[in-house]
Amino acid sequence: MWSRRSCRYRPDAIGLEELRARRREQESALRKARRQQQLVSKRLLREDSIVNGDGQAGVEIATDPLSEQEVLQLLRDVQRGTEERKKSLYRLRQGLQHKETQQRFVRLEGSMRILIGLFTSSLADVQMEAARCLHELSHSSDPAVSEACLPATSYLLTYLSGQSVELTELCLYTLGNLAVESNTVRKQLLPQGIIPALVSSIQSPHLAVLEGLGYVLSQLLQAKEAPTKIIPHVNNALLVSQGIVSTLVLLLLELASGMSKAATEGLELLICPVLRCLSNLLAEDETEGCKVQIQDERLLVALFLFMQHFLQQHPFLVQECLWLLNNLTADEPIFCSAVLTLGLLPALLQLLACSQMMTLLVLTVLCNIAEKGPAYCHQLHQQAVLPALLSILTLSDVQVIGQSLELLHLLFLHLPEAADDFVSQAGLQALEQHKDNPQLEERVRALKETSLQPAATSQIFPHTASAAVLPST
Amino acid sequence: MSVAPSSPGQRYDRMLLPELSVTLRLEQPLLPVMPRTPPRAPFCFSPSRLRFHRQHEFFEDGDIHRHMYLQEILTHVTEVTERPKVSEFCCHIVGCCQVFDTLDSYEHHYNTLHRNMCSFCKRSFPSGHLLDTHILEWHDSLFQIMAEKQNMYQCLVEGCAEKFKSSKDRKDHLVKVHLYPSDFRFDRPKKVKSSTKHRKLPPKLDVSVPMDVSVETCEQLQMDSMEVCSSESLESPTQPVSGPASSLQEKQLYKARIPSTICFGQGASRGFKSMKKKV
Repeated sequence: MWSRRSCRYRPDAIGLEELRARRREQESALRKARRQQQLVSKRLLREDSIVNGDGQAGVEIATDPLSEQEVLQLLRDVQRGTEERKKSLYRLRQGLQHKETQQRFVRLEGSMRILIGLFTSSLADVQMEAARCLHELSHSSDPAVSEACLPATSYLLTYLSGQSVELTELCLYTLGNLAVESNTVRKQLLPQGIIPALVSSIQSPHLAVLEGLGYVLSQLLQAKEAPTKIIPHVNNALLVSQGIVSTLVLLLLELASGMSKAATEGLELLICPVLRCLSNLLAEDETEGCKVQIQDERLLVALFLFMQHFLQQHPFLVQECLWLLNNLTADEPIFCSAVLTLGLLPALLQLLACSQMMTLLVLTVLCNIAEKGPAYCHQLHQQAVLPALLSILTLSDVQVIGQSLELLHLLFLHLPEAADDFVSQAGLQALEQHKDNPQLEERVRALKETSLQPAATSQIFPHTASAAVLPST
Repeated sequence: MSVAPSSPGQRYDRMLLPELSVTLRLEQPLLPVMPRTPPRAPFCFSPSRLRFHRQHEFFEDGDIHRHMYLQEILTHVTEVTERPKVSEFCCHIVGCCQVFDTLDSYEHHYNTLHRNMCSFCKRSFPSGHLLDTHILEWHDSLFQIMAEKQNMYQCLVEGCAEKFKSSKDRKDHLVKVHLYPSDFRFDRPKKVKSSTKHRKLPPKLDVSVPMDVSVETCEQLQMDSMEVCSSESLESPTQPVSGPASSLQEKQLYKARIPSTICFGQGASRGFKSMKKKV
């Protein structure tokens, strides 16, 4: 995993409050970018850097930007076949860490040709240094700068199948930065064969290469046109038939069992995409021929471990775990049963008070469970779901209330005595406050009617085994 | 069945997951399931697997968290600043006099220059794929014969199965379909050896020529070959100007004569004639 930079702050230079304020700004800028569907982050490989004194989450650059004259001079120097060439190139690279220098560089005619010439040099260290220059350019926030790297892409791709790990890694991150820049860039990269080239790199035994490969792919997939131009290269049914589901499940189990032993900082960054993957695969259209079924109840325990562990610091992960839980419990009685028999219900009910989305998801999961029949409703009732529901009914969010009404309906349907207990716990009064809401009134009325009917004359089947179907093993 | 209330966290932290699976199998029978029936109006709930499109705000918090992390991480450069230095050593390949003092730089040099080297003509290639193509097209006599009858020149882009009847046709394809640069360095056609080749030299070396001084000259000597030229010995500043002559012996086999406008080694200055700003 990539490690967070160790910040060496001068403690007197910045207050904690200002740090927090900066972080909030950064966060709100990211949220805004995401809403505009422009959430893009590039990665930078650089040798060591220090955080400058004011604790800025940026990288301090050791030297100043270069003037146009200086860039010109360096470009002349790097064309001389001398030992000085390496130093000039290094100096150029340092300068290219600055946006102004980058912009000056790309505006000079012929500069990119020179750089590419050096990049394709037979001298390994010249090549490496030129590659680092290209990488700095690719990381630029100025699109004109990164697009100026377009002439280099065929070479970047060629070197992916070379054997120098360091160069390959650098090429991968450079390509990843370029790929996310604009449609223009991708319209060149795809015909140039970036995807087959990446496929070959998967064979690499080097972790650094594999990480870089993951980076390029993830950046390519961010593209707006990805669903039509890039993802068709991916075939979910094929993935499923290759056993991806069990691999992902095992990964989650491993992560969960390792959680108590090791430090878990950053673990949520790894768990999150796996959760999303599984949930998406589970939600795959059946007509595509790959209905996914998971039957390993240990996954359930793993999910609850994650939720308990991350609730305080990373509630987003709890939300996404609940999403997976919904997709697991919707169709599989195994998971519904396990929630009840493993005593996981209290933990689930605790999540009811957290956020609107979490409450909705928990209620949906409870509905999934209740829908399975009388035996399930019986357990829910025994394990105190009614008091939890009664306190939910005091809220005002329409969606939340609507879902709780659905749950109550299912409970009363399969378990008449639940209705009686509901009434005796002042449930009818709790329903009152919602009776005039147009989206809720019909259901409120129906529930009142049901709960006021004595259990003996209800049209509901008694919860005996005759109505139940034992699943095949 | 009632369950003793205990904090789920405590219970499961103590359990190892593999043990749990044994417990699960033995003790937990599946509760009996009722056949699914459609919802009764006015109620509408039916269990379903949820899917969100990727821009959905459901993922916002997770995405933001990830990007905050991305923007903070530094580098993963493998210990560049602390590469162990060893005493200087030479590359072992015959004819290559490059010197190194770290294993990484040697490894990179070797991979760049020697790993994918044609054993027939000693040219180097950036990848095994290009080397294979080169050997086939340059050193396989059967290839020449077959190329007269069918399309044998394979497209250089991995994953593209197109074949062409000539190197030029292939290049046109690379440029048109794959958007490769027309002066792609690793696709120069094999030319018949003739004395006219030194005209390949441009009248002056200016910025329009891909830069790499001695490599360029070496390549012109070798007639636009499709490879990376191993001419490092020319670069070493410690060698006298006339020194590289011996390593050129082999290369001289491939040319008529060295044009007088070429000069080797240190002191060759190739400046720009002009550097214009792009508008």
